Amino acid sequence: MPRQLIKGNEALMKGAILGGCRAFYGYPITPANELTEAAAYYLPQVGGTFLQAESEVAAINMVFGAASAGIRAMTASSGPGISLMAEGISYLAGAELPCVIVNIMRGGPGLGNIAPEQSDYFQAVKGGGHGNYRCLVLAPATAQEMCDLARLAFELADRYRNPVMIVADGYTGQMMEPVDFYSTAAVDPPVPEWAVTGTAETRKNLITSIYLQPDELEAHVRKLAEKYRLAEQREARWENYRTEDADLVFVGYGIVSRVLKSVVEALREQGIRAGLLRPITLYPFPAAEIRRLAGQAAVFFTVEMSMGQMVEDVRLAVEGRRPVEFYGRCGGNVPSVEEIVQHVTQWIDGRAEQAVAEVMHHA
Amino acid sequence: MPDTIPANMKPVHEKAECLYESYFRKGENPHQTHYCPGCGHGITLKLLAEAIDELGIRDRVIVVSPVGCSVFLYYYFDTGNVQVAHGRAPAAATGLKRSRPDAIVISYQGDGDLAAIGSAEILHAANRGEAITSIFVNNAIYGMTGGQMAPTTPLGNKTTTTPFGRAAHKDGYPIHISEVLSALDGPVYIERVALGNVKQILAAKRAIRKALENQVKGLGFSLVEVLSPCPTIWKMDPVEAQRHVREFMTTLYPLGVKCDRTAQAQPLPAPPPAPPLEEFPRLLRIPTEEAPVQRSGAMGEVDCRIKVAGFGGQGVLLLGQLIAEAGMDYGLEVSWLPSYGPEMRSGTSNCHVRLSTRAIDSPLVSKSHVLIALNEPSLRKFMPAVLPGGTVLYNGAEIPEDLRRNDVTVYALPFFEIADKEGAAKAGNIVALGALLEATRLLPAEVVDQAMARVIKSDKWLEIDRRALSRGMEAIRSMKTQPAKEPCHA
Ligand code: SF4
Repeated sequence: MPRQLIKGNEALMKGAILGGCRAFYGYPITPANELTEAAAYYLPQVGGTFLQAESEVAAINMVFGAASAGIRAMTASSGPGISLMAEGISYLAGAELPCVIVNIMRGGPGLGNIAPEQSDYFQAVKGGGHGNYRCLVLAPATAQEMCDLARLAFELADRYRNPVMIVADGYTGQMMEPVDFYSTAAVDPPVPEWAVTGTAETRKNLITSIYLQPDELEAHVRKLAEKYRLAEQREARWENYRTEDADLVFVGYGIVSRVLKSVVEALREQGIRAGLLRPITLYPFPAAEIRRLAGQAAVFFTVEMSMGQMVEDVRLAVEGRRPVEFYGRCGGNVPSVEEIVQHVTQWIDGRAEQAVAEVMHHA
Repeated sequence: MPDTIPANMKPVHEKAECLYESYFRKGENPHQTHYCPGCGHGITLKLLAEAIDELGIRDRVIVVSPVGCSVFLYYYFDTGNVQVAHGRAPAAATGLKRSRPDAIVISYQGDGDLAAIGSAEILHAANRGEAITSIFVNNAIYGMTGGQMAPTTPLGNKTTTTPFGRAAHKDGYPIHISEVLSALDGPVYIERVALGNVKQILAAKRAIRKALENQVKGLGFSLVEVLSPCPTIWKMDPVEAQRHVREFMTTLYPLGVKCDRTAQAQPLPAPPPAPPLEEFPRLLRIPTEEAPVQRSGAMGEVDCRIKVAGFGGQGVLLLGQLIAEAGMDYGLEVSWLPSYGPEMRSGTSNCHVRLSTRAIDSPLVSKSHVLIALNEPSLRKFMPAVLPGGTVLYNGAEIPEDLRRNDVTVYALPFFEIADKEGAAKAGNIVALGALLEATRLLPAEVVDQAMARVIKSDKWLEIDRRALSRGMEAIRSMKTQPAKEPCHA
């Protein structure tokens, strides 16, 4: 298969177009710009629409309009821009409109910086906008996955009539790696029957997120909740790396998961049986798999480029049966193999000392 | 009803067809609108519905409902309906219109929606000349939320949020939206009308119809501002409220056409048809043929971590990319990670390149087998992290005394001076690449040549770069005493 050396951001956009994306509305922000620029270059050539909006607020509402018309539409931004889109994302979820939102995460809060972080996990996974809703969240770790998950994102968005977010850190967006596009041919998705397209057949259709009567709104929110419950059962995705016999299981996603693979190797050379669980979907979270591993592993180590966000979901999944430790860096610092190895071995030594101390105490 | 009309008589006035018979979406009281008696929304909707009927476009219409008293337009209009967030109707209408250019997209907004929270969206939709029709109902007050100040509220008016009267120095002046938008080049037609008496209502009807016609003709942005009574919040009876529109509002907001370019406007060109799906890979510039040179025969395990660093403008990122491209052609797994953003702007630049026979875990190179340092600050910064046995290529006549190491092989060569002698000082990065190939035998020169031919788009530069590559290789050959070793072959 011929491969193309390509930036993650550009791979994502090409994957999205192959996956049926025909509209992109966006506003510039580093480090997501290659996506917007690729959309501006390629979409008009394939009969699609690109428009640079006056703001992220406008961009997500343009996506709302295009999605209402039954078009596979997307936008891309980075943390501060996603905050501005939060209103629109809530409306999209409330109106059950499929779309894809990409967050190439940078440092925050506030203006933060443009270096890579993973501190928008809460925003992506737990809400960000108002009301009872969820976004399905995918977390690619390679340029190949940026491409492949973009396509999957549109499939999931259509399947659940819900916004799907792709979250990647600045490095995964900026990095170049070989991508094989030939696992997928371009698709031209049919217009969904609920869309409002300006025809006699779709005249009866209505897109709205307002339900004035309490019982109506409750029924609507319960319907959404049921949808999310189904997604939780069916759509969790993850990768296991050397977990079969692991005593120590790392949990990390995106660029961190790649650093953790080296860490696993380094620790195994020291005789420590380490493994890695990499969530590919952050929501639905692969909780069942973590619960399964909790039956076998002695300890979990969550590593994130944040002060600890996903670790809360790991703890929920482990249900207190095993210790869940956390190591995080932020501000744009990617934890190095050496520092993680050092941190973990120190922790193990500490535990050994503690065990000795406990034995002494009892004696 | 129809059977009560004698056969020889025709009704002169009927309910517009594009309004529902009864408002089934409304639930309770499906024969009654949700507007207060005497509200201008009811009249405006009726005028809009009649215009849609007259133009015969019901099956093409998508009405975009706003937030505010008119949020429930879809109770009444037997057309496509999309209800959107506060102020965002012009943005959502843009997405709809661009996706479905044949649809007639009507965005309907009140004054809080359009002139306050959504002022950016309407300004930019108008400025883009978005081919939508905007109906702007201005009653100078927030109705739905119970009578707060609107951007259009007259000075001195008491509202729940201007309890002592609107004061210019504190609350600003009433916004004249039609005049503001008319100052832009984008709109084709903007008119302000009122609902103060029958004559004004008939003029309003003509304006709304014209604004829709413009869209049918494929012309750009049209807006009709409708001065409208809100008896409930104004605390007036419907007759008084209508008089207030007629006698007061029209003095603050003068009626009339504010801009009309319909005569000279050209219909927007139809978007070109989409190409067939088979064309997509070519249009997306996805390679369809294997690179001709591939790794041949057995090769040992390779795991090579390379750091390239220098000033911005020295071609650091391109140098790294060429190594990665050639590595990929050679059948290796590769990754290339740049420094980006303000780092670039501060004048330094670096990238991390990895070549490996195995899948690459971390693309970050903290400890390197090879360092290409195109300036002294980069050498200072990254030299300590070169692994023992590694190779350093430095753009300079010699390595500064204090940076010397015995456990790495160092080649100090003025790459950019060498390139300058070739008449292309900018190709110093490629001289360095040639030097790397000769010093390490990491990749065959023909694979690098092929990668250069793919990446470097200009023939002139490709020729210069090819010469620069050979100069770099020759330079190392002439100074080398020992055979090349591969610093990262396990
Ligand atoms: S509050 Fe005013 S604008 Fe709202 S429905 Fe009543 S009269 Fe109409």
